[in-house]
Amino acid sequence: MTALAFRNLTLGYDSLPAVKELDTQITEGSLTAIVGPNGAGKSTLLKGVTGVLSPIEGRIDLGGFHRDEIAYLPQQSDIDRSFPITVTDLVAMGLWREIGSFGWLTRAQRTRIEEAIAAVGLTGLGKRAIGSLSGGQMQRALFARLLLQDAQLVLLDEPFTAIDARTMADLLQVIRRWHEEGRTVVAVLHDYETVKTHFPQTLMLARELVDHGPTATVMTSENQMRARLMCEACEATPHICGKSAA
Amino acid sequence: MIWELFLEPFAQFGFMRRAMLGCVAIAVGATPVGVFLMLRRMSLTGDAMAHAILPGAAVGFLISGLSLGAMTIGGLVAGMLVALASGFVSRMTALKEDASLAAFYLISLALGVLIVSTRGSNVDLMHVLFGTVLALDNAALILLCSIASLSILVLAILFRPLVLECADPQFLRSVSRLSAVTHLTFLCLVVANLVAGFHALGTLMAVGIMILPAAGARFWTDSIGGLLTLAMGIAILSSFSGLLLSYHYSLPSGPAIILVAGILYAISLIIGPVGGLIAQNRPRKRTAS
Repeated sequence: MTALAFRNLTLGYDSLPAVKELDTQITEGSLTAIVGPNGAGKSTLLKGVTGVLSPIEGRIDLGGFHRDEIAYLPQQSDIDRSFPITVTDLVAMGLWREIGSFGWLTRAQRTRIEEAIAAVGLTGLGKRAIGSLSGGQMQRALFARLLLQDAQLVLLDEPFTAIDARTMADLLQVIRRWHEEGRTVVAVLHDYETVKTHFPQTLMLARELVDHGPTATVMTSENQMRARLMCEACEATPHICGKSAA
Repeated sequence: MIWELFLEPFAQFGFMRRAMLGCVAIAVGATPVGVFLMLRRMSLTGDAMAHAILPGAAVGFLISGLSLGAMTIGGLVAGMLVALASGFVSRMTALKEDASLAAFYLISLALGVLIVSTRGSNVDLMHVLFGTVLALDNAALILLCSIASLSILVLAILFRPLVLECADPQFLRSVSRLSAVTHLTFLCLVVANLVAGFHALGTLMAVGIMILPAAGARFWTDSIGGLLTLAMGIAILSSFSGLLLSYHYSLPSGPAIILVAGILYAISLIIGPVGGLIAQNRPRKRTAS
């Protein structure tokens, strides 16, 4: 069954396409890596799925999912770490679907927040301001928020950037558990070794689709070279390909 | 001694009590808005919008003289127009929003001063630029208290999306469609509170009571609740002290209030434990691992 279908999808900023005419689909329950050179449109694609960006052309079919059932991990650079908010408050936002903009947290929900914080190894840090966390601790907190969202479709934008090896191993375990539970997980990744080791499916993007399928068949040196050349060609002719991309 | 210095001016004179009540209303309504302006790195936007309300208020003045209603409506309309126009220019042209706001506010300030000067006297111009907190009448007080009440109510309703819009806007957009509504409502609150501040402190000083207490409070706490409470406290203390200084030393009251807020900001900047100068440059103790 299809979890996500991209139908001739073009996405971009100010009418400049960052993803062009993408036509493929992601199977429900799959664990898929999105890879490609810088500026290939990987993060843009996730923003399209979450509804942050609207398609310029084409459409995204969410299978049986509603947009509310998507959990999304933005890049850490999109988050204002200087904002005076505690780890508990940040993680609690994972309950947005239940509490909305002004619902009170019940005792049971507070317990779930504490459990999520403990599950990612941040016990005792709930009252700390997010600005005082290390990069790895911050990513753990964001994963705790994802745990509370309890979504069937999980989108991760560069989840392992600037974190230590132990945190990465712990977070990979969380992702594996989601996969075993039958959730659909899609992650934008840069580290090809991580993709080859832990992600059975890969979608390679260079603004246009390069290849999509089992990781072993997609992550070939020919495809990687092709993706790089496609992106370079776009940078050389931005008026044709669009110059703005995530 | 304490009675004479601190309480007698308020006990004896109604205009001092009204001024204090007006300042408390502004502190309660405008300072939390200032906290969010600061956290969204929009402090200068607030400053620009404070200037931008001037031509609207001036047109109100041109039509009805120093009328509370006409100047309020004019200020609200002009403030919203400039906020929307600067956003439109930054989206539709290569100019960034800060530059377009600066352009709009300079034009607005020049236009406002010109309009007031053509019809009014220098006294009227000073009234518009620096306010007359000691001359707040009942109608002005009702307006200030109404705007403060509305602000608190709207902020309470929008608190959670506003926090997310500042801290993690991409996440907010992924879980809710409230992002644009939150931003627009917040801009309306900024304009409404600037117009309230304008009546008491004038177009040049109104943003001071919004931003200075918020900036000072940032050096004392790293919780959003603490920040909002402390900023309001600093604003009320600044108003109380500024009014007393103005009374005892015959100083202009608006600038006195803002200067006290400035002094409290400077003290916080130096000794504040959360990122203040001393705290930031103190040698860190090594801890055993």
